[in-house]
Amino acid sequence: MDVSNLVELSSNPNIEEFGPGDTVKVSAKVVEGERERIQVFEGVVIRKNKGGGGANFTVRRIAHGIGVERTFNVHSPRLEKVQVVREGRVRRARLYYLRGLTGKAARIKEKARV
Amino acid sequence: MALEGLIGKKLGMTQIFDDRGVVHSVTVVEAGPVTVTQIKTATKEGYDAVQVAYGEKKKPNKPMRGHFKKLGDFRMLKEFKTLDGVEYAIGDKVGLEIFSEGDLVDVQGTSRGRGFAGGVRLHHFRGGPKTHGQSDRHRAPGSIGAGTTPGRVLKGQKMAAHMGSEYVTAKNLKVLAKDEAKGLLLLEGAVPGATNGTVTVYVAQKQRKIAKKKK
Repeated sequence: MDVSNLVELSSNPNIEEFGPGDTVKVSAKVVEGERERIQVFEGVVIRKNKGGGGANFTVRRIAHGIGVERTFNVHSPRLEKVQVVREGRVRRARLYYLRGLTGKAARIKEKARV
Repeated sequence: MALEGLIGKKLGMTQIFDDRGVVHSVTVVEAGPVTVTQIKTATKEGYDAVQVAYGEKKKPNKPMRGHFKKLGDFRMLKEFKTLDGVEYAIGDKVGLEIFSEGDLVDVQGTSRGRGFAGGVRLHHFRGGPKTHGQSDRHRAPGSIGAGTTPGRVLKGQKMAAHMGSEYVTAKNLKVLAKDEAKGLLLLEGAVPGATNGTVTVYVAQKQRKIAKKKK
């Protein structure tokens, strides 16, 4: 049994609320030898995994014609910031079907603004 | 550091991040508080120790109630030695203050009972061949001895037996964090026993040796 509810988790105020299908800009700290810099990764959120301290989400983007997916830990101190660029309208929680699609077919409709 | 250990309860496992972003698997243990119920001395009982009580019991029997006097109704008793010559009085409550973050601890608990287990599970025997005409030999132990000489099975021969439900000590677990308000210790790694099982958290033997050398 996971008892993460007993342990206080760090909540980062720079992480905006987002869901699967949203396009997000993720800023993560990367250590390069001695120095530390912030790397930005922009793409579509294809899944969110709950699970207390181990909660994570995966972002997919097409870089130089190749699909790249990166998984980030929500509670990691290395995760600097998450900004929502575009809210997508999707009908499922896990967008694995995007992996088989390219180009125009891989687009996601934008959520109607209220 | 004062009392050499505390009685507690294993609550379960989770993951936490440290400042560098490294994930640690931790076991959450609710340790203490314990109440001192008796001081044993070398002159009276023949050895020095502090007897402490832990937990709650709805209906303790009369001998137990008499022993606890007005201190409360407890579930179990255990004796600990004291370190650094700290002295306690009856009725004192001892909690997490005896541990600090970064300390090493040994945790004792009763391992999960696995019932009567065969040689493959209990002693990691390889079992017999799965094919080539074998029948009923797949998880058999094989030969358990020679022939007429010695004419008996040697003592200590590993065989199927009861597994688990025994006292196990996990040594040198690091205290990664503690929450004194909730009485919780976060220990790096696994702790013997099932969730909600009673465990005893000791100051690690290794740490005691280091402390001794410094003196």
